[in-house]
Amino acid sequence: MTADLDCIDLTKQFSGVTAVDQVSFSVPPGSFFSILGPSGCGKTTIMRMIAGFLEPTDGDILIKGKSVLNVPPNKRPVNMVFQHLALFPMMNIADNIGYGLRRAGMGKTEIAYKVDEALERIGLPGIGARKVDELSGGQKQRVAIARCMVLEPDVLLLDEPLGALDLKLRERMKVELKSLQAAFDTTFVYITHDQSEALVMSDKIAVMNNGSFEQVGTARDLYYRPDTAFVAGFVGDSNRWRGQVTKTEGHCLELRTETGMTLRGVANGRALSVGEQVDVFVRPEAVRIAHEQAELSRFDNQISGKVTSLLFNGAASRVIVSSDAGLGEVEVNLPQSGEFADLVKGSDVHIGWSSDQGNCFAARES
Amino acid sequence: MRTEAKLGFALLLTPLLLWLSLLIFVPHVDIFLVSLRERIGVGQYQTSLANYLTFFQEPLYLWTFLRTAVMSSVATLITLVIAFPVSYYIAKMIKGRAQSALFLLCLVPFWVSELVRTFGWMILLRETGVFSNVLQYLGLVDGPVEMLYNDGAIMVGLVYTSMLFMVVPLVTTLESLPDEIIEAGYDLGGNGISVLREIIIPHAMPGIVSGCIVVFMLSLGNYLTPTMLGGKESLWFTELIYSQFIVRFNWELGAAFGFMLLILSSAIVWGMLKLTGQSLEKTMG
Repeated sequence: MTADLDCIDLTKQFSGVTAVDQVSFSVPPGSFFSILGPSGCGKTTIMRMIAGFLEPTDGDILIKGKSVLNVPPNKRPVNMVFQHLALFPMMNIADNIGYGLRRAGMGKTEIAYKVDEALERIGLPGIGARKVDELSGGQKQRVAIARCMVLEPDVLLLDEPLGALDLKLRERMKVELKSLQAAFDTTFVYITHDQSEALVMSDKIAVMNNGSFEQVGTARDLYYRPDTAFVAGFVGDSNRWRGQVTKTEGHCLELRTETGMTLRGVANGRALSVGEQVDVFVRPEAVRIAHEQAELSRFDNQISGKVTSLLFNGAASRVIVSSDAGLGEVEVNLPQSGEFADLVKGSDVHIGWSSDQGNCFAARES
Repeated sequence: MRTEAKLGFALLLTPLLLWLSLLIFVPHVDIFLVSLRERIGVGQYQTSLANYLTFFQEPLYLWTFLRTAVMSSVATLITLVIAFPVSYYIAKMIKGRAQSALFLLCLVPFWVSELVRTFGWMILLRETGVFSNVLQYLGLVDGPVEMLYNDGAIMVGLVYTSMLFMVVPLVTTLESLPDEIIEAGYDLGGNGISVLREIIIPHAMPGIVSGCIVVFMLSLGNYLTPTMLGGKESLWFTELIYSQFIVRFNWELGAAFGFMLLILSSAIVWGMLKLTGQSLEKTMG
């Protein structure tokens, strides 16, 4: 089966500066593909090249196996949901959705039928006569998607369309987008800097940094088995320490951090030798917190310390524990089972984690 | 405190009220009253509509009146057609320094007085002028060509004088159109013409209408350009008013003409707003 979208060695340079550097990826039909990266990493440039607003310096873009390099944006079988949605304020909702169909030369009655069908599908029947500014943020969102979907594109591009919504609505739209994608059964390519949007919705995610892909994989892959230090740091929260490898045993290694803590971690197949500078990443939820040291006997990293601050955030509450030896601070997830409800600033606690939760990467100068 | 605030408000309002009443309201009322006087003897007047009757009964007056209206409309249309691409280029195609520089270039001609600008066109267009000489030099014509004193010359002058007043509102409205919306128009299958017709022009409509109103008013009330480029016999309505007041000392008829011009321009502006479905608040705000 040919992929819906193939990018091969896609490169874009702006007056000597490389914005996108030989990026290749392939998106199978009907899947939800996200490009996740900090702002300025080149993800918007990729999207604009796919949509046809930018000419790649080098490389090729194939849609359903056919190169679209010399096809202008209005002839490409891709449509785009813009960051600020770009609904046409001079038209009502029905005209907005029908715009593409009118351009394609479809008859009036057929357009009206298709527009009604699309409105039905996004759960907003009967709003065709309304003006754009009479809709709420979430409704506009759905209209913007419907406006593209009536054209039955091979690929739908979404450029951070949830960025302008407030938090509650954004949470709801994430679920809704995913179900719309399933309902329309179309390939979505979604770009965002918000990792939770990407993690929740995507079948596959590409993490992008400085113009190239760091890792492409499922949300689980990225979260639990990051390939690079950037992915480990960017996806999810992590405790991060820099240190020097003091001992290696098989795939386990021991290191001493700059502040003097001794930690154990794993290299996960990366070649790291004694004396090398490494970064170790430990997720706050991988760290166990206990009142008694005995409860942590099975962990090969153990620290005793005091709580220096409590960061209450509902289910995602954290505590920061400072080691008694004054060697560093660790951010730890606080279980909400009530066991630690009496924890206050200054309480003595013990924390521990197993060495395979400590992902080590060769340190990069930064 | 309250009385002080009231006094301050009154003081701030006074210059505006004086300006409006002394320079606009009072003269218009007076002109209206003068236009209703009919001279029946030396220093003897009676109230009648005789001046307006003269206007409608004399074909030359009526013809000049219509000609001025049509020529002004055409000048407005030509100005719009030329200014739209210019404004689109300034507002959308270029950014930063070049943008302000081009905008400034549109403004430069207005640093010299209208008289000097019109003389500039005379230097170019007259029989012994630049264009005539160039055409002779190139061998395209045998003798000197007179390009002044015809309707074409008037049109050139009017369009040139009005250009800025069309460009400014157009640039302002076009700049407020997000690039995203234009791109969405192309992305969903539109081509240049349909994006222009369905997206850009509807968005720019308030600017187009306000620019057209200003340019039309300026052309209709222009005296200098038609007189200098069109000659004494250019049949422009403001010239008729001038000659009634100054040359023939017939203030009564001149006042009636002035009032007809006011009614004409108001009617055309009203018609234009109705036709395009715009309101005065929307276009001027």
